[in-house]
Amino acid sequence: MSEKIVADFPDQEELQNVVSYALQLATENGASTAEAGMSYGAGLNVTVRMAEVETLEYNRDRSLGISVYLGQQKGSASTSDWSEKAIQETVKAACAIARHSGEDPYAGLADADRMATKLPDLDLLHPWDLSAEQGIELARECEDAARSHDGISNSEGASVSTHTGISAYANTHGFFGCYSATRHSVSCSVIANDEAGMQRDYWYSVARDAKDLEPAVQVGNKAAQRTLKRLNARKLKTAQVPVMLNADVAGSLFRHLISAVSGSSLYRKSSFLLDHLGKKIFPEFIQIQERPHLKKGLGSAAYDNEGVATQDRDLVRDGILQSYVLGSYSARKLGMQTTGNAGGVHNLQIKPTGLDFDGLLAEMHQGLLVTELMGQGINIVTGDYSRGAAGYWVEDGKIQYPVEEITIAGNLKEMFQHIVHVANDVDLRGNIHTGSVLIENMTLAGD
Amino acid sequence: MTELLDIARQTILAPAGMEDQDLNRILDNTLGSAIDSADIYFQSQRHESWVMEDGIVKEGSYNIDQGVGVRAISGEKTGFAYSDEIMMPALMQASKAARAIARGGQQGQLQAWKAAGGHDLYMSTDPLEALSTEVKLQLLNDVDAEARRLDPRIKQVVVSLSGVHEVILVANSDGSLGADVRPLVRMNVSVIAEDKGRREQGSAGGGGRFAYDYFINEQRGLEFARKAVSQALLNLDAVEAPAGSMNVVLGPGWPGVLLHEAVGHGLEGDFNRKGSSAFSGRIGEKVASEHCTVVDDGTMSQRRGSLNIDDEGTPTQQTVLIENGILKGYMQDRLNAKLMGVPCTGNGRRESYSHLPMPRMTNTYMLAGELDPEEIIASVDNGLYAVNFSGGQVDITSGKFVFSASEAYLIENGKVTRPVKGATLIGNGPEVMTRVSMVGNDLQLDDGVGTCGKEGQSVPVGVGQPTMRIDGITVGGTGV
Repeated sequence: MSEKIVADFPDQEELQNVVSYALQLATENGASTAEAGMSYGAGLNVTVRMAEVETLEYNRDRSLGISVYLGQQKGSASTSDWSEKAIQETVKAACAIARHSGEDPYAGLADADRMATKLPDLDLLHPWDLSAEQGIELARECEDAARSHDGISNSEGASVSTHTGISAYANTHGFFGCYSATRHSVSCSVIANDEAGMQRDYWYSVARDAKDLEPAVQVGNKAAQRTLKRLNARKLKTAQVPVMLNADVAGSLFRHLISAVSGSSLYRKSSFLLDHLGKKIFPEFIQIQERPHLKKGLGSAAYDNEGVATQDRDLVRDGILQSYVLGSYSARKLGMQTTGNAGGVHNLQIKPTGLDFDGLLAEMHQGLLVTELMGQGINIVTGDYSRGAAGYWVEDGKIQYPVEEITIAGNLKEMFQHIVHVANDVDLRGNIHTGSVLIENMTLAGD
Repeated sequence: MTELLDIARQTILAPAGMEDQDLNRILDNTLGSAIDSADIYFQSQRHESWVMEDGIVKEGSYNIDQGVGVRAISGEKTGFAYSDEIMMPALMQASKAARAIARGGQQGQLQAWKAAGGHDLYMSTDPLEALSTEVKLQLLNDVDAEARRLDPRIKQVVVSLSGVHEVILVANSDGSLGADVRPLVRMNVSVIAEDKGRREQGSAGGGGRFAYDYFINEQRGLEFARKAVSQALLNLDAVEAPAGSMNVVLGPGWPGVLLHEAVGHGLEGDFNRKGSSAFSGRIGEKVASEHCTVVDDGTMSQRRGSLNIDDEGTPTQQTVLIENGILKGYMQDRLNAKLMGVPCTGNGRRESYSHLPMPRMTNTYMLAGELDPEEIIASVDNGLYAVNFSGGQVDITSGKFVFSASEAYLIENGKVTRPVKGATLIGNGPEVMTRVSMVGNDLQLDDGVGTCGKEGQSVPVGVGQPTMRIDGITVGGTGV
């Protein structure tokens, strides 16, 4: 079992040759402009369950996508095959679609003068020379640590994975960008029993550099502790209560914000934050910044999906919405400029407001601490919010007992306005960096 | 079945210059190092989609994807590797990587090829080619125009049409060689209605394993437009949803997402083998009221969740999960069936060649009861009548599940009265099913819109149920 990841990794030159060829073909087939993106990735994923290897998976994926514009008509096509023949067919398919598409005055590449010219090194490439045996050993350590806790009765296993990818984007403005990045993770999920049945919880660590991962034993310990804390959960009575979203679920609030201020929701008039640019949507102490160039950042990127340079900017300053989240298409539809967000945001930071986690609990005094949210009961058109929840009941600023089978409901517009504090226990494992968030009041439904 | 095998050989093996005997070589190579069993899964698919927005065909896309996954099994261990190149060197390399899982174990024996059985549930012709592009775009136009024509308050209309033509070939070291050719089409309409500064959305859609003309026949596409418009307009008048535990009547069809979340996932074989499901070890026990009989059926003609054979080459079947409230069985793929010592039920599914198969649902529904739906609604003094949902989620270990209503009404004094805003319902699967007190005679399957996610893999599924009453489930509105 000494297989290493066997992958003949393509280099920047190879990717450049393929995208250039695709763009050239597009022009030859009548396209006035065109853009192409491609990616290649390989990795290894191992899972150990009950101390035995469960799965050993080798991943290797590649893709090539092209969009062509015949004047204002657009067509797209993609393939996983990089042979000349497949690329020719793909370009032809995209052109055929474009001929059938409607004339859209807003269609086209992002403006040439917005292309990224400097590509800063974001320190995203840290390959992990992990053999299958080493991965298995690490997963086993992680799961052993979790299972060594009294009360842990079963396991869904521990996984270790490593992935290395290279991707490129080019368009007929002459822009070509290419970068390589790695992503590694350790995760664990275990089960415990109580009289009512079973509870499970998990923990994971993810990083660009394996050196930045939490130790496997710590991941296992946290998974076990989180599971055990959920035992003997109760239901609650229906009431209006203060709600504190734990850091690892609070990011979802700001994902809903991004969704509501993104161009596609706005030009379709499908957002509860329509016409809110320059308006106060949060209390004045809320500051939200986008920081696309963070070294080793999980959401870092020097340019967006259209080659537009990304840059640090304020999304919300003193509670006031400073900018929408736009790509070039939605920007044109709205009569605005792209914000370099084709494909989404890159590292959103919500500034803590001066309390730690315990301080936030004390500030809430009595209410609901939410550690899990379930379901997709969010209506971005109206802001109506209703989701399943589990967590802890808090009294006198202290956690009292676990609770489950409840929902929390409200309207996002009001929830944003009624944020009381953002704690400094920032969760850095994703694209949105926030600590726990306290909301003054929501409807809790239970018995 | 022979015909499907021939199509798969032509589509997948022939272009790579491969024949059946090459499958022997790969499996031989995989089995060489003490592996119990192994399989190779080839997939070739073409996908297209068209989107109309603001009354113009804004975008179309076309995607070709093909590849092959090689799996080696040794006891409870699975080794897996895949390649998007269907050619012998890449396959031998994937095979070598997959077999690295084994240290000891038995030496599997490669059996002589025999064609796996299978059903003939849908056409094998390409749905993408069945209509010209002009006709597809005209369909989008007609549906868009219908939505706008119905009411001046409709301000935004997005209509999408997509189709997949997929050919699979699966060879197992037990000698079974199976193939399937699967069409799948889907249409969706979503609209925004605006009145007096208030905006609301509505959406409707459907599809299945047939060609696009389904949407033209019997005006089904136009009917989606009408449904979406009517839902958006209703929502303009929606009041706060109630909060707390109450009696709930679920309408027929798509509300069967309840069954998918409350019992379906919890009855998948992998979770039960591992003992991680709230239903583990409970076969023969009462887990629902006597009114409940729930089946998973992959053999329904042309349905979105149906398959002639599953992704391991096993013919699909109708599996009784719960009969008159008693838990009867789990849904199994080959690995979990073998490890649990029970027959495989043809539920081994995978998103693609780059994913491992696991037990998944097909079409999951509850059989009809005897009551008139009107009678069920009239039996509730104060409660909720929910007819449309936007999806759900379950924690199979604790049994807690949610599903979110997108169209619901108050029931007051036995009558359906005002529409309410969307709300999430939450319950405990095994417990909620014991509170199903009335089941209607109006079984319906959904319109063909379901996609199920599990461990990062998405597969198309169906759900269905008759009208039913649940005595007490928590409704997550804002009205206290």
